[in-house]
Amino acid sequence: MAKAETMTEANTTPRYSSWVLSALTDRTSVSVLGAIGALAIACVLLNQLPESSAFHVPTYMISLFGKYLCYAVLALSVDLVWGYCGILSLGHGAFFALGGYAMGMYLMRQIGDRGVYGHPILPDFMVFLNWEELPWYWYGFDFFPFAMLMVVVAPGALAFVFGWFAFRSRVTGVYLSIITQAMTYALMLAFFQNDMGFGGNNGLTDFKDLMGFDLRSDGVRNWLFLSSAATLAIGYILCRLVTTSRMGKVLIAIRDAESRARFLGYRVEYYKLFVFTLSAMLAGVAGALYVPQVGIINPGEFAPLISIEIVIWVALGGRGYLYGAIVGALVVNIAKSYFTVAFPEIWLFFLGGLFVLVTLFMPRGIVGLVGETIGSAYGSMKGSARRRAEAMGGADD
Amino acid sequence: MTNRKGVTPHEAAKVADGSMLYLDGVTVSFDGFKALNSLSMIIKPGEMRAIIGPNGAGKTTMMDVITGKTRPDLGDVLFDGGVDLTKHDEAAIASMGIGRKFQKPTVFESHSVYDNLILALKQNRTARATLFAMTGKADEDRINELLELTRLTAQRDLLAANLSHGQKQWLEIGMLLAQDPRLLLVDEPAAGMTDAETAETAVLLKEIAKSHSVVVVEHDMDFVRDLDVRVTVLHEGSVLAEGTLDQVSSNDRVIEVYLGR
Amino acid sequence: MSVAALISSLRTGLVTALAALVLAICVTGTAGAQDAASEDALKAALPKLTERSFDVKGQAIKDISTSGDPRALDLLLAIQEGDLYYRKSDDLIVYAADAESGYDIKDALTGEDLGNVGKRKVKKISINNQLRSILKGAIGSLELMSPNPDQRVAAARAMLSNPTADAMPILLTALEKETDPAVRDMLDLAKAALEASIGSVEDRLAAVEIMAGSMNPDVWAILGRLAAKSDGSGSEDETTVGKAAQQALNEIEGQKQVFALVETVYFGLSLGAVLLLAAVGLAITFGVMGVINMAHGEMLMIGAYVTFVVQQLMPNHIEYSLFVAIPAAFVVTGLIGIGLERSVIRVLYGRPLETLLATFGISLFLQQTVRSVFSPLNQPVTTPEWMSGFYEVNGALSLTYNRLYIILFCLIVFAALLLLLRKTPLGLQMRAVTQNRAMASSMGIRTGWVDAMTFGLGSGVAGIGGVALSQLTNVGPNLGQAYIIDSFMVVVFGGVGNLWGTFVGAMSLGVANKFLEPFTGAVVAKIIVLVLIILFIQRRPRGLFALKGRSVEG
Repeated sequence: MAKAETMTEANTTPRYSSWVLSALTDRTSVSVLGAIGALAIACVLLNQLPESSAFHVPTYMISLFGKYLCYAVLALSVDLVWGYCGILSLGHGAFFALGGYAMGMYLMRQIGDRGVYGHPILPDFMVFLNWEELPWYWYGFDFFPFAMLMVVVAPGALAFVFGWFAFRSRVTGVYLSIITQAMTYALMLAFFQNDMGFGGNNGLTDFKDLMGFDLRSDGVRNWLFLSSAATLAIGYILCRLVTTSRMGKVLIAIRDAESRARFLGYRVEYYKLFVFTLSAMLAGVAGALYVPQVGIINPGEFAPLISIEIVIWVALGGRGYLYGAIVGALVVNIAKSYFTVAFPEIWLFFLGGLFVLVTLFMPRGIVGLVGETIGSAYGSMKGSARRRAEAMGGADD
Repeated sequence: MTNRKGVTPHEAAKVADGSMLYLDGVTVSFDGFKALNSLSMIIKPGEMRAIIGPNGAGKTTMMDVITGKTRPDLGDVLFDGGVDLTKHDEAAIASMGIGRKFQKPTVFESHSVYDNLILALKQNRTARATLFAMTGKADEDRINELLELTRLTAQRDLLAANLSHGQKQWLEIGMLLAQDPRLLLVDEPAAGMTDAETAETAVLLKEIAKSHSVVVVEHDMDFVRDLDVRVTVLHEGSVLAEGTLDQVSSNDRVIEVYLGR
Repeated sequence: MSVAALISSLRTGLVTALAALVLAICVTGTAGAQDAASEDALKAALPKLTERSFDVKGQAIKDISTSGDPRALDLLLAIQEGDLYYRKSDDLIVYAADAESGYDIKDALTGEDLGNVGKRKVKKISINNQLRSILKGAIGSLELMSPNPDQRVAAARAMLSNPTADAMPILLTALEKETDPAVRDMLDLAKAALEASIGSVEDRLAAVEIMAGSMNPDVWAILGRLAAKSDGSGSEDETTVGKAAQQALNEIEGQKQVFALVETVYFGLSLGAVLLLAAVGLAITFGVMGVINMAHGEMLMIGAYVTFVVQQLMPNHIEYSLFVAIPAAFVVTGLIGIGLERSVIRVLYGRPLETLLATFGISLFLQQTVRSVFSPLNQPVTTPEWMSGFYEVNGALSLTYNRLYIILFCLIVFAALLLLLRKTPLGLQMRAVTQNRAMASSMGIRTGWVDAMTFGLGSGVAGIGGVALSQLTNVGPNLGQAYIIDSFMVVVFGGVGNLWGTFVGAMSLGVANKFLEPFTGAVVAKIIVLVLIILFIQRRPRGLFALKGRSVEG
């Protein structure tokens, strides 16, 4: 072992800068980051136009876009584990919701004595339940940095503990999917309980301030939107760094032939644990940005349906491509916003149909399909995309 | 823990002194069916051994036991004169220097030939190390050497999925060598190869055996003859005969169960 | 004859026959002369009812009850209900019923219809609390002589719950005549309950002895009253009896706990039966075929909706509706399953994660279809009468019929499925295909057809499960979602590919849930069980009854 390490050191010329630089500056990254930046700046600028202007983007639209961006971050986190490591998590909604609850708890404490019951410390729902004092797990959430730490620590810890048990005992494939689904289902049931101290059915809502600024003001809304865009960009870079590193190669190796990777000496469980936990933290951050923009977090976010919907964003966009996940999240959610208003009856037909059609006819998703069409100009790319998709298709058991 | 003879691992280790691989009384049963029945075998450092036997003789199960995929119900499996392999998992055993080539070639199909070799290269395998790992000059040189040896230089950037069957076999042998193991377990390396490829593979393995201990499981008698090494015949999970190919092929019982058909 | 009547007549037939025999023995030979005497006694007592004095009225009531006239019980009941009046003009005792104006009256003795009279022409025979208690005792004693044994048991039970000293002679008379063992037991208890408060110390102790071990809540109340004196607050005798009563109560408490345990197991098994019915279809599609069908829950849902539709089609024969719904649900969901298999799942064999997603999409599709065709609201499904009610084992334990039938039904379905898989050619082919597809195919088995049939069978069984669920939960578009995770947990917990594993898994999860519930509440119990399963699967990823060997690990 010691010999191997010295060997690695001896022959390695550290070029971390080139790794980071290529993650930032290769063609895909530049396009993705550029698109996020351009969209963010354009929206904020257009929001400043007078309302009479035809190009004015109203603030509620800004928050709506902000919500989509949070979903994109969430999709990114699912793509990292599913697209690159073959872990089909049907419980990522739980990590998202935990991050959201951490943020929600901070926002509840920010209300202070302005609640309906005017209690100086206890949130309204606790007063309503005749609670005498704040439960211990609410301590510290009035302190913003602590709450932000919890946004990543809570989902990260759950993912770590869950993954520790699951990956060590080699629960894989659909079994893992089913128990992640059971996990989020159990959490949903738990959070519905009033005794849990997270507001039960109604969840946490009626937020007022964020760091002392009025949540409903245009300024805060714009900042939240920009933060979501920045988080998406950072999340993308982070995932890009992981997937372009040698670890990224190991992850794909695990996805395609797990036991072969073991026989090469890779401790598969630790790789999975790392990437699962990282992904959960990313999902938590997405949830934390989501909550102030929609103004509520309730146990419904733990519903198994939500988690599985995230998977279809990724599948539609194109799993195994980070920007595919982003595209998928945006496309499905924009469609959802449109359908649920215009034809609420049809939305579930549409979503259900999407699941079937994507798995049957678009295994590479939109990105793969577009890539193939465009890629015919770059002959070899096309072949590689197809091989890649086929390899993925066969490697899931 | 003691084996069926009441020998403690410590005592067994003394017997195993100086061996590369030491199997004693290894028994594995699946729902009553004994895949390995008190199998004993010693491989010396630098030795190449061919293992033959009819289907179901326990060859693959034996490999599984050595590489940590299957835990034996009974018996000692010692590596390098004393390391108890039954107490380690696949990754740890691989890191100790036992490499395995599967019966069905398994390479990482969505990686290029080059990346396959990078992954196999002897290096720190922890998650943290691979996250920050950079490929240095020495690694490049070693990979180029292996590409040369396995005649895949031209396919360097091709996805492994696009290789021919024989090329995949060779890539897997290349990956095995990249690990720089002390003991190679090679399961049917010639399966699905043309005669010419088979002969070349035999040459390659003999070359490898100069600096490594090798265990080859093979069906192809011509190939085993080409290897020209000591042969162990497995039957129903235990050793039926051992010796040169000529010796075992004149053994009555071997003829009865295997060759005579 | 309806199903309900059939079942209840089976239950009561024997008892009725016995009662008729007893009545015949009692009545024979005592008719004639006695009838005349009792009628006289009744006639003498009636006028006293019109008196103002409650004491006189009380005497009259006692006289009526002891008269032995068959009309006595109806009279006393009418007094109790406030339906007995007397005509002011001639003090004639009459039954009065509310009419549009005034009352319709009938002569209380002859039953002769006396037409409609104004409200002021008659006066109600009023009673007070004291009379009410006398009435209750009197009615009770009359009912003790009733020809119907059920009524006699009820009367004895009434005396037990309200023991009065003057009921003793009636009890003794009744005991002398009584031959029905069930009635005798109840009478013995009632007698003991009386003696426990009025007899000598020895009598009382003996009475407590008789009551010890009874599973009747009224007896517990009596013992409780006696035991209250065990602290020495009453006389010395009372203390002695009180202590004995306390000891009897302790014994009873121990027995009650045993019965409570039995009840919990019963609840657990019935929940297990529900889980098994929900999961057994999945045990075939997922366990045997390895197809992960997320639309399984919707098969349950559709089965429940088939029940609803069947009941809509035959509103006058709800009793039979389930017997029509079961095959109907099997066929409908089976066909849907075959359609699914042929169109979508077939394409995705060997790609479990894709199958999971596609079938989930189908589940959304089916849900929305049901929502559009019916409504997003729950649909009312009627429970046939023969499934409602309960069988009272004793005061501490009663078993509800619907749970009992669910357990039975689940056992039948499970046994039928086992038979089908073990003994029929289809079952043989299914096992062959799942074990070695290539070999089965080369032996001439049409593997595609077997796949479709197997999936159809799994879906059809899920539909049958849905019929059962329709009797227990709300039938709405979301019914399936509530059960899909539980179903998967059961199958995975029991061990994939093993029907017995599913059986044991379902039953043990059901029982575990019900044992946890008293301590934690239903939802938390469910959460705990889920978490335990998650941990369990991580200890034994292949479930309770895992198939072992090289092939499954590959």
